[in-house]
Amino acid sequence: MRDLNSIGEMKQVLEAALLTAGAPLSLDDLLKLFAGKMERTTLRMLLDELKQDWADKTLDLVQVASGYRFQAKAEYSEYIARLNPDRQLKYSRAVMETLAIIAYRQPVTRGDIEQIRGVAVNPNIIRQLQEREWIDVVGQREVPGRPSLYATTKFFLDDLNLRSLAELPPFEEFTQAEIPLSE
Amino acid sequence: MLLTTNEIKINGETLSALPQDLYIPPDALEVYLETFEGPLDLLLYLIRKHNLDILDIPMAQLTVQYMGYVEKMKIIKLELAADYLLMSAMLIEIKSRMLLPKPTEVTEEDDPRAELVRRLMEYEAIKLAAQRLDAMPTVGAEIQVASAYYEHISQVKPPEVSLDDLLEAWKNVLKRAKLNQHHKLGRAELSVREHMSQILRRLNTEKMVAFSALFEMDDAALPKLVVHFLAILELAKEGLIRITQQAAFSPIYLQLHSGPAE
Repeated sequence: MRDLNSIGEMKQVLEAALLTAGAPLSLDDLLKLFAGKMERTTLRMLLDELKQDWADKTLDLVQVASGYRFQAKAEYSEYIARLNPDRQLKYSRAVMETLAIIAYRQPVTRGDIEQIRGVAVNPNIIRQLQEREWIDVVGQREVPGRPSLYATTKFFLDDLNLRSLAELPPFEEFTQAEIPLSE
Repeated sequence: MLLTTNEIKINGETLSALPQDLYIPPDALEVYLETFEGPLDLLLYLIRKHNLDILDIPMAQLTVQYMGYVEKMKIIKLELAADYLLMSAMLIEIKSRMLLPKPTEVTEEDDPRAELVRRLMEYEAIKLAAQRLDAMPTVGAEIQVASAYYEHISQVKPPEVSLDDLLEAWKNVLKRAKLNQHHKLGRAELSVREHMSQILRRLNTEKMVAFSALFEMDDAALPKLVVHFLAILELAKEGLIRITQQAAFSPIYLQLHSGPAE
């Protein structure tokens, strides 16, 4: 393997790696491409340039929680979706509400979820979210029974195109906090 | 099951018909009631439907309406979760506490409804958050991640089996054989050739046989094992079988040498 000299060549290596990865690549992953001969700051700069290079093409280079990935620009998604018409799986309201509680109130126990939703949590709901790798157990609350504490994962952020939880719609949008509780 | 409306009372008045805004074809009622995610969801629905002020809930009205729905659920034998009944009890408790004479200084915390209101509002916020999350584009649906094809060229060559490996395996066979050893005197008529064809026949049907499996015999006397081992060596020498091992110390496998010799 020869040394990469020009910026163009380095960007091409990055591009090829990101295009074939199929999953986000972290900065650490990308550094491996250059066998230690790359500075993080340079890498970031190259990624920025690569992003610009693709601006008027069909893919976006985006940064999500686990790293960088290429994905189809939004305007093509409805066309591409036609290739897999059966794959539209929809979660039930119960699943989505449970996910919302875990996302906004994490880490939470099943008891916390039940308290907020006012109904018992069906173990199936937790299982579905765990199988999707959107939530996992991050510890136990030190109370009798040591219930598991659930939190959302990096995959959850990746799948929703987010870099961090801070990028979720702010919870205040959903509350009526501005309405005073008494006159 | 059909719903009879004359059992339903609202504010003490027997209902002659279901209210217009509540009219649901009887067949759909079960499905409809099942759409509530629980007592809080049902309460929120009632509050919004009847334009009640969530911050100043008329408890008597809400309780009656709530109980009406719970009754309907009972009638159609919808499995009534304990959560719904618990909420009934809570509503009634709040209602009765509000009938008690009020202390002179009324603070927010003294309002028996405060906790219920807090929970309703929190649940409503979560409901909205869930809807928002649901509408967000996700990978696998609205987001397509690029994954251009890349052929990972990684030819894994099975490691060569050294003589030492084979010897080690052989020792193990001997060790195991010692456990059920019999001493037999006399001349055993053992033919290496016979064992060779025995092994070949077995490889023909089983394709791949673990080295150790070849020595699992009922009458595994030492001489027989030795002959068997010699037969394997002979077969290997003549290029009739292939001996492979995926990694050091992993099981050794024998298979027919796929060639014209078949």
